[in-house]
Order: sequence, then structure tokens, then C-alpha cells
Amino acid sequence: MSTTGTVTRRDFLRAGTVAGAGLVIAIYLPGCSRRDAPAAAAGNAADPPFAPNAFLRIGADDSVTVLVGYSEMGQGVATSIPMLVAEELDADWSKVTMEFAPADKAYANPLFGAQGTGGSTAVRGAWKPMSMAGAAAREMLVAAAAATWGVDAASCSTKNGTVTHPSGKSLRYGQLVAKAATLPVPQAPTLKDPKNRWLVGTPRKRLDSPAKTNGVAKFGIDTRLPGMLVATVARCPVFGGKLVRFDDTKAKAVPGVKRVVPISSGVAILADGFWPAKQGRDALAVTWDEGATAGASSESISRELARAVHQKGAVARHDGAGEAALGRGRRVNAVYEVPFLAHATMEPMNCTADVRADGCDVWVPTQFQTKAQGTAAAITGLPPEKVKVHTTFLGGGFGRRSEADFVAEAVEASKAAGAPVKVVWTREDDIRHDFYRPATYNVLSASLGADGMPIAYSHHVAGPSIMSRVFPDSIRNGLDSTNVDGSADVAYDIPNFHVEYVRHEVGVPVGFWRSVGDSQNGFITESFIDELAHAAGKDPYEFRKALLAKAPRQRGVLDLAAQKAGWGTPLPAGRFRGIAMVDSYGSHVAEVAEISMGADQSVTVHRVVCAVDCGSVVNPLTIEAQMQSAIVYGLTAALYGEITISKGRVTQGNFDSYKMLRMSEMPLIEVHIVPSTEAPGGVGEPGLPPIAPAVANAVFAATGKRFRTLPIRLTVA
Amino acid sequence: MAAFTLNVNGSAHTVDVSPDTPLLWAIRDNIGLTGTKFGCGMALCGACTVHLDGQPTRSCVTPVSAVGSKKVTTIEGLSPEGNHPVQQAWIAEDVPQCGYCQSGQIMSAAALLAKTPHPTDADIDAAMSGNICRCGTYQRIRAAIHRAAEKAGA
Repeated sequence: MSTTGTVTRRDFLRAGTVAGAGLVIAIYLPGCSRRDAPAAAAGNAADPPFAPNAFLRIGADDSVTVLVGYSEMGQGVATSIPMLVAEELDADWSKVTMEFAPADKAYANPLFGAQGTGGSTAVRGAWKPMSMAGAAAREMLVAAAAATWGVDAASCSTKNGTVTHPSGKSLRYGQLVAKAATLPVPQAPTLKDPKNRWLVGTPRKRLDSPAKTNGVAKFGIDTRLPGMLVATVARCPVFGGKLVRFDDTKAKAVPGVKRVVPISSGVAILADGFWPAKQGRDALAVTWDEGATAGASSESISRELARAVHQKGAVARHDGAGEAALGRGRRVNAVYEVPFLAHATMEPMNCTADVRADGCDVWVPTQFQTKAQGTAAAITGLPPEKVKVHTTFLGGGFGRRSEADFVAEAVEASKAAGAPVKVVWTREDDIRHDFYRPATYNVLSASLGADGMPIAYSHHVAGPSIMSRVFPDSIRNGLDSTNVDGSADVAYDIPNFHVEYVRHEVGVPVGFWRSVGDSQNGFITESFIDELAHAAGKDPYEFRKALLAKAPRQRGVLDLAAQKAGWGTPLPAGRFRGIAMVDSYGSHVAEVAEISMGADQSVTVHRVVCAVDCGSVVNPLTIEAQMQSAIVYGLTAALYGEITISKGRVTQGNFDSYKMLRMSEMPLIEVHIVPSTEAPGGVGEPGLPPIAPAVANAVFAATGKRFRTLPIRLTVA
Repeated sequence: MAAFTLNVNGSAHTVDVSPDTPLLWAIRDNIGLTGTKFGCGMALCGACTVHLDGQPTRSCVTPVSAVGSKKVTTIEGLSPEGNHPVQQAWIAEDVPQCGYCQSGQIMSAAALLAKTPHPTDADIDAAMSGNICRCGTYQRIRAAIHRAAEKAGA
């Protein structure tokens, strides 16, 4: 495990030399230019600058180092990506370590065309190229051994980092790297038959656990450089506000404060440590022009969205007669509303930048290296290849770290100061200057036939758009697909189906929040489906099952969760169950929540049974961990999560007002993985969407009250 | 500004800071031990937990002027080789995800086990509920504490 989390080109070349011409493999990726094409060389001088251009390094000492271009934010890529390589390489797993790759298009996520980690794409994007990297290296090592022995390569086999021949000859990979490095890289290496896998699909402990239990792991906030200043930034508390003037007399009087500089987002106070920087900020006199959002409140935003939802929107789905069929049966109507949510990663936002005339280095816990690099390049005027992005461990991401606002602050501050600067946010900064999960207002209708099953279903969503800001090119006919994920793509077989989205901006910045649209639409859809089941007098599980007759994978997880939870069997007095199933990010997840109500109307979640079908499995321990993780994240939001706006600013500030689920509230979570040979689906997010509706549906079972807003709040109105 | 001599992980460190500086920032910015984390600044999340004479303490709200001669133990000093029974149990149960809160979790758990070698689930709830984990590793943390307790009792 690299403790620096980065590899420089110089380190890379030195490693090749020290290790005695270790073997380096790069693999051609679709979308990469010719200069990224395969090259097998230790220190090939023709490589482009800043591009180690490699996914894999094998040393003469048998060490195998996998360069991971994805960000490790807890979801386990620092283990699962090396597993993909080591499987095809037939490496000795005990010799495999990882390093984070620098920002370079060679490491672009094939699903994005840019280097970034999000949308539960890492394993889906990496599976083929990383498997190919391992397989190509293996073929070269075999060829080197065969040439050494004068035998046919096809007669050699590999296992545990060693090539063997039936004659009894064997050579370790480290003994073969010098020769292998002189051979051509296979352009189309053969991948294993899945039944011959020995590593992928087996439970493996995380490679990063030792560093994360002894204080060694370096997160962005841990960056320390000679001559570095630490900065806090005073920002306008109202979204969209501007700096008018500031008086830094008192701030500069704080011992340790070195500089006070205006930057785009406000005023940066630079000091020789965080504490003086924060004291300096507290002492700063600053005047803001609060701008147009200063009058906004949660109530005014809700009223605006409630009006907007009745406008004509972008049609996301229209099956059969759509809403024209709503008049045919028994009508059920409902309005659902969800609040803004902050991410609250445990590591507050931060970034360290060192801007010099000849280049810029950025140390940052980022989910989006390409954006970090581009942001720094734009501010400094340097070409992107002069900006080196060093990805550290991320103390949580959840979508927040796909932004580059904190990168811009550090780069601007370093440029102004002429010194390396680490910008550190306080928790209050983090809660009050986030890109929030969008608040939305939703009108749903359905009609039930004589048999109780739905004839028609419609969902109108009104809310701000993430993609219009982040990836405007993805907007088609006014539709931001993230606003209808979890509502337009549901698998239930209903002949007349209509989903429409009305974009309405309210001045509050919005962004990707773990599982994005599915996180809120999953709640809305699965609660409304539950309403329909009850309206039809049917069991909520059986009702869903009947609607999934043509969707075997969805039905599979629904059945598995119900069976493992003992759906339909008696519960102890005071316990109630709720069920929900949501597809997202290529995976299918059903959850059954078991709850009880306290005398004070508080909800206690005792047990969650989760069934997941995420296709082919890399590491079952990771999948179990990610389901637990997503359930806790989603349960926190369901029970507590709410960012409210007053006078254009966020009311909450720290964990006292923005509450988190804690150990004493942790339910027992059981995860059941459906065995599968299907293409891999996402794992980091899909566990989240079903938990809020599973709990809300259980609360309905317990109380007869239907909760159509979040968080679920039962305190007496 | 004033000079304070702190006993951190068995070594004396003199820091020249204002007396209200939280121990957390003296440890991180002045002494350079970054394993102890900043999460909230208000003793609400436990990421900054260290031991003061063995007692779990939120270093983000403990001014350096209040530390005196108490022995400060950080995650780096919990065991010389990173092999404290709690650290071993954390690895065995595959606890960390992002890992940011885990120094504080481990320091809280080690203090719990020092006082209560065989904690019940209720003991764990009481001792660990001040430590937030946004990755939701609580179930594995609970298992790891029980594992460390069993190992110590064996």
C-alpha cells in the first residue's frame, strides 16, 4: 500500500530501474489517443509527460503493483480493482499492492470518457480493461518462460505468481520480468473462463485496512508541505451572494495569520495552522451582497415547486394511453415531497495546491480527477498536463467530491499567496455550502382495475436540475434523467405509464447525492406502490410480485428478501414489516425493514434484510459492506435528514442539527447476494433507495399513517 | 502565544500556540501526527478521540492549556506495531470503509475494553455512540469489539 497515494513519473522510472527492469503493462482503452496505446517498457523515454501510462507493475522481487485510477472513498476499489488484475495474472495475492494513479486520460473511466468515480461505475468500467491488463501480462510472462525453456507457450501454466511446465521447470514472475519486458504486448489477450476464477468472486479482506487502523492512511486533509499555509474561507451565507468589502485588521492581528486574500468564493484567511486560520476568520469584518436568494425559505421553495409541478414538463416515459387511462378505474392520488440533503462526508472538504510559474500540484480527495485538473488549469492558465493531481484517500465521497469548488479555492489561494495552501472547511462550511440533493415536489396518480391491479400510473416531478449545471450536454428535450431515475425506469408491468419532469430552479445549488434520483424517487415510487397495494386490499409483497412477472431479476431479489425476512410469518408483539424493491445502477435490491414504534412515536429499526442481485461478484465482503453502508446512509436520511432554508441560507450547521445514525440505533442488517454470471452492476449506491420506503411502509403497517414527506416524523402535529 | 509541553505517545513535544488551541490542532498541525481526525469541532462525532491518561477524550474541544502533564495517546501510539487487539480485530472483521472515522472509533473501543474487558451490546452502544461513521460500519465495529474481547479473554 502506497502511503503517499501517488506515483510520480520519476518514482515510476526509478521503480523500474531499482527493480531491475520490472514489467510495466499499459492497455489500449477505447477513446484514448494513439499516444496512450500499449507500450511495454520500463522507463520508455517516449512516454508522454506525467503519464506512467500503466496499470500494472511487476518487480524483480515478485511484487505486483496495480495502479488504480479510481478514487477509494470506502467502496473498496483499492481492493476490487487489484483483484480483477490479479485474477487474470494468476498473481500471488499476498504480493499485490496498489497505488493511486495520477490524473491522466490513460486512466479515464470508460463509462464517462473522463477520470472520475461515481454512479457506481468503477467495477463496471474497470472489469474488462483491468482484466485485460492482467491477462496481457500473464501471456508475456508465459512467453518469456517458454522462450527461456525452448518449449511451446501453450504447454505452460500459471499459478500463484509462477509459470510452470509439465517437465517440472518453474520460474517466478520476478525472474521473468526482464525478458517479458522486451516482448510485444498482446493486443487481444484471452480472458479466463469464469469457472476457472480463483480470486474474483471470493471474499477477500481489504488491502487498505492496515493503513486505516494505524493512522498511516493519508487523506486530503493530512497533506503537509514545506512552507504550506492553512486557509479557511469566509463565504457568503446566502447562496449566490457576492463579496462587497472586508476589513482584515482584526483578522491579521490574530497570531499566526499571515495573509488575507479575496478569492472567487469569498475571503481566504491564510495562517500557519487551522486554528489561527479559523480564529482569523471569526475576526474578519465582511459585508456581503446577499443577492436574489436572500428571501428564500423552505416554505417559499415548497410553494414554488407545488405551482411548477402543474406546468407542462419534459416527458420521460409514456406507455400506452398514459394519463388518458387514469379515468378508467378506481383512482388513487398522492403528493410526495422530499427535502434538500447535505452529504456530510466525515472528512470535511479540503484541498492543497502548490501553484508555481512552471506548474501546479494539487493534493485532493476527489472523485473527479479530470475536473480537478481542468479547474486548476483554468485558474492558473497552465496547460492541463502541467497540473499534477495527487489523489489521496477520500474520507467519504457520496457524490460531493465530484465537485471542484474546494479545488478552485485552494488553487486561487495558492496563486495569490505564492506558497502552497491547504484549504480546510469546517463542518459548518460543509453543511452550509454543499451541492444538495434536490428538494422535489411530486404529484402521483394511479387507477386500479376491478382485480385491484394498476391500469394506469403517472408521476409528475418538479425540482431543480443537477445535470443542467454539471453536464448540460446530457439534457435532452429539457429532461434531466437524474430527476426521474427511480420513477421512469420502474420494472412494474403497468400498461399505461406516464412520467414528466418540470425543471424549476430555486437558487439552492444541487448535486449528486449517493444514488441521486433513485434515492428520492425510490422512496416515492415504492411508497406509492405500497399505497396501491393497500388500496387494492392486497399484500404489498404479493402485489409487487404480480407486477414483476416479466422481470425475473427484480422478482428474484423481492422473493429472496421476503423469504429471508420471513414475510407473512408472525412477528413479536409491536414489530412490523415493510418491503421495497428498487433497480439502480445496473443492480436490483429488495429490502425488508422490521420496526417498532416507541411511546414517543419514535421509530426503531431492528432488522433489515437485504437481497441484492448485482450480477457478477468481485468481492462478496465488499458487497455486504456496501449494502450495510448504503442502508445506514439512507436510513439516516429517512429518519433525520433535512436541510432547511431560511432567509436564503441553510439552517443546520453541525451534527447536533443535522443528525446522523449512531451505533445505538444501528439495526441488524443481513445481506443476501444472488449468485449470478450476468454483467456486473453497481454496488456503492443500489442498497440505498429501498430503505426509506421499506421503513415508511413498515411505519404504515404499524400506525396506518402514510408518510409522504421525509424525514419520517411522527411527533404529534 | 505560549509554549506548552505535551507528552504525546511517550515523547515530549513543545508547541508554541495560543492557549485556547484545541489539542487536536496541536497534534495535527504542530506535532505533525495526522492520524487523529477533524470531523466537527464540537465533540459531536468522535473522529478526534485520543486518550488522556487512558480516558477517551475529544481533542477538538480540549484546549492545550488544559492538558498539563497528562499522557496523550493517539492512534499512532496505541501500539508500537499497529497490532493492538482492537486494531487486529478491525482488520479481521474488515471494518474500515473510507477509514476517516476509524482512528477515533478504535481509540474509543480500546478505552472501552480497558475498562470493560467483556462488554455487552449495551456497553458498546453506550461507549461507541459518540463516534459517527458515515459509511455505516457499525455492525462490523460491534463484531470487532466482541472479537477483541474474546481474544483478550482467551
